[in-house]
Amino acid sequence: MDFLLKNFWELTVTGLTQGSIYALVALGYTLVYGVLRLINFAHSEVFMVGTFGALFALEGMGLNANSDVTSASAAIGYLIVAALAAAAASGVTAVIVERVAYRPLRRRNAPTLVFLITAIGASLAMSEGFAIWRGRDNEAFPTVIDPKTQFKFFDASVSNLDILIFLTAIVMMFSLDTFMRRTRLGRGVRAVAQDPDSAALMGVNKNRVISLTFLLGGIMAGGAAILYGLRFGVTKYDVGFLLGVKAFTAAVLGGIGNLRGALIGGLALGLVENYGSAIVGSQWRDVVAYVTLVVVLMFRPTGILGESLGKARA
Amino acid sequence: MPEHYAADNEPADSEPGTDEPTPDIGPDPGTPVGTDLAKALLELDDVTLRFGGVTALDGVSLNINEGEILGLIGPNGAGKTTCFNVMTGVYQPTSGDVRFRGVRLGRRQRFQITRLGIARTFQNIRLFPEMTALENVMVGADARHNTSVVGALLRLPRHRREEREGRDRALELLRFVGIERRADEAARNLPYGDQRRLEIARAMATGPQLLCLDEPAAGFNPSEKSALMDLIRKIRDQGYTVLLIEHDMRLVMGVTDRIVVLEFGRKIAEGLPEDIRTNPAVIAAYLGVPDDAA
Amino acid sequence: MTTSNGGPRQRMNQRLRGYDDRRAGWARSIRTRWHALPRPVRWLGLLALVVVLYLLPIIQPPILTTPDSDFGSVLFDAALFALVAIGLNVVIGMAGLLDLGYVGFYAVGAYSVAVFGSPNSSLGTGYPWLVCVPIAIALSMLAGVILGGPTLRLRGDYLAIVTLGFGEIVRLTAVNSNALGAAAGITGIPHPPGKRPDGTDIFSILNINAFYWLALTVIFIVVFGVRNLENSRVGRSWLAIREDEDAAELMGVPTFRFKLWAFAIGAAIGGLSGSLFAGRQGFINPDSFLLQFSILFVAAVVLGGAGNLLGVVTGAVVIAYLPERFRGFADYRIFVFGLALIIVMIFRPQGIIPNRRRATELAVRTEEVAEGA
Repeated sequence: MDFLLKNFWELTVTGLTQGSIYALVALGYTLVYGVLRLINFAHSEVFMVGTFGALFALEGMGLNANSDVTSASAAIGYLIVAALAAAAASGVTAVIVERVAYRPLRRRNAPTLVFLITAIGASLAMSEGFAIWRGRDNEAFPTVIDPKTQFKFFDASVSNLDILIFLTAIVMMFSLDTFMRRTRLGRGVRAVAQDPDSAALMGVNKNRVISLTFLLGGIMAGGAAILYGLRFGVTKYDVGFLLGVKAFTAAVLGGIGNLRGALIGGLALGLVENYGSAIVGSQWRDVVAYVTLVVVLMFRPTGILGESLGKARA
Repeated sequence: MPEHYAADNEPADSEPGTDEPTPDIGPDPGTPVGTDLAKALLELDDVTLRFGGVTALDGVSLNINEGEILGLIGPNGAGKTTCFNVMTGVYQPTSGDVRFRGVRLGRRQRFQITRLGIARTFQNIRLFPEMTALENVMVGADARHNTSVVGALLRLPRHRREEREGRDRALELLRFVGIERRADEAARNLPYGDQRRLEIARAMATGPQLLCLDEPAAGFNPSEKSALMDLIRKIRDQGYTVLLIEHDMRLVMGVTDRIVVLEFGRKIAEGLPEDIRTNPAVIAAYLGVPDDAA
Repeated sequence: MTTSNGGPRQRMNQRLRGYDDRRAGWARSIRTRWHALPRPVRWLGLLALVVVLYLLPIIQPPILTTPDSDFGSVLFDAALFALVAIGLNVVIGMAGLLDLGYVGFYAVGAYSVAVFGSPNSSLGTGYPWLVCVPIAIALSMLAGVILGGPTLRLRGDYLAIVTLGFGEIVRLTAVNSNALGAAAGITGIPHPPGKRPDGTDIFSILNINAFYWLALTVIFIVVFGVRNLENSRVGRSWLAIREDEDAAELMGVPTFRFKLWAFAIGAAIGGLSGSLFAGRQGFINPDSFLLQFSILFVAAVVLGGAGNLLGVVTGAVVIAYLPERFRGFADYRIFVFGLALIIVMIFRPQGIIPNRRRATELAVRTEEVAEGA
């Protein structure tokens, strides 16, 4: 408890940056769940592929783990390319997963459980595929941004990296939110989420909407992937697993199917995890996350913000 | 599971022999009730139900008397199914009381209300599609059973007895509603009309005193409807009290003893079929005329 | 959720009907032919199958046997997996509750045996294995009730994630508790009892076949019990809950109580499997209870055909055995397994041996009888 009070603001900053990453991944779960009522178990691997996409892009630009990027403009350039690569890798992976593992089942009207199994299959195949290809050890990210303290938030130092992660997550989230509310495609997604049959009758192309949903979720996971690479500096084949479970927890916590819920859930989970592990010891971090989830579901089964992708507030 | 039927089903396949008494498919006798209540099996006393700002039922009072067939009618959205759901414990009334045999239903759980003696069918059929017709009815019959998990695990005598009783009763009920030949078919493979009959058999199997039928004739053609009317009368003759929600006026007028009419969540009329037929408020409600007559 | 209008469950059932009507093929035709055989023949067939199963490690059938690992221990693993799948099938296949943390119960069972049985554990009681097994079953059942009590009122998808969390909590508790041996685990777990005439132990690392025979025997006992449940008010209630929970409740089924029973019985079988595992290994550590196992367990049940005992056993054997059989491709096996899961489920979404309730063909026969009479 003493530790918590002494480091409260430090923990808050850490919690918010980790929470931002959870939130971005959680969006993918929430989008797919909102439209298909399906836990996209393979989303963790969509994220994993994104981290490799970012890594390859950085390496492709001649960076390696020992490189030292000194100029700010060069760093920004590198980051933008890496982010685009990560988003492309994750987005394409997500769409392929939908095509290969889900669409054939949707055509056959298979029961929900079966989707879960193909998702597990896709997840295993992807992570093992990367294990075979890249080996089972950590691969280090080049240091593009050297964390430097920018300012003090109460007594906690906030680094440029913290700011970047938090702001990127918020910006991506708001872009997605706006996209869903303002564009025709976004409205199509919400229509399908609300009532697939009526939406189809109203001329919404369901398959296209579903592909789009996976693409958007993948892009968000790609954003999370580059941020993760910057923050933790390593990746490997099974990097998505635990993060995926946490992100799904975050989605449920915020109210699955609800975009803003994913943000709230992600940040809340990041904070609770850090505060909690300060109290009971960091080895219990994951237990804190799960217990939080159970407690929230007990007292507020629809999550913090309630579930709705279809509803107007998106 | 089917193997099991084949194994100890032999007596049930043949007509019940002389040494084996025909299973009783009538309602449970129930405990005697006070004389002043003897006639009212179920009472709704000033029941109001609100969902958020919407008042679905507004001070509805009505009685269902023992041994009668009561029709509950009204235009679409009048609150018939809601009323039905209050009676079967799906919804708790916002205010007012529902009493069954003089006992308040209160906050009893839904399965307990069924075991108390109120059973229902569903407007949009809700059978257990992958289970056979016989199993569907046996689930209903199980409401009267008390086999414990341990008893079933070790096949103790009570389990065996209840299984036998349940199967006999279920077969007898399938025969009663006229679909005994479908006993071993999955419910989802049954023709539509048989599914409706199966729902009735399943509800009867729970051993209710009050049987609530929610639009049992929906989607029926005239000959099926008249067969259904015969069946409903037959059910009443077995000693059941029947509550019937129905759209089809001819069917309601033909089979019920008494009718209650709802509109906009309120009771606008109650009486014998011939009175209802000529009641101006009812006619207005059905023709959509503003009901200043009520 | 409580309206009588079509909920998601019902929509799913309608969809089920869609693919279900197309389901036919070899599984059913074999089944039809099997049931057409006279009873004594069927009994003899079953008996022969049982004998062959017991003799497998001795015959070492040329194609089946595993060149790269000890066949006896592969058989034991497959049998253990089958037992787990039978238990999980009660939860998923019969009651329709998606449990993604089943490894948690397996772990509770194994750790119970370790803590009560090993002289090196924190308790140090050193009870014999046979005493530990009932404790393991009771404790895992208790864990099932503790987990199920508050969570079984939740919706299906939420139940999935909460159970997943439970599985991880159990493992992380083991990792972080010195009383449970932390990451190093617990050694010196007793084997099942029994000596040969020459004084050597029947159950030892040198004689894995004995463990296989024990596991096989346990499977037969458990299958007997589960089938009894299946053919009773309990099994019918589970099916009814799986098919339409609201309708079941309105037909007088105390749904919550039976869901809790499904959880408890599933947990007990999981715990029993865990205690067999601990008795065979002699030592355990948290790495044996990774979340991935829960997922493989679910895969076994669904791959084989949820709800059908023979199906889930087949699924379990496939999942436990195939990777061992093709150990030559050690690095690729999980990769291939992942792809195989997708392919099998796409072409056979109802599982390898679907949960067919013998409905139509029996009906045809009764109708013929009726018309012939």
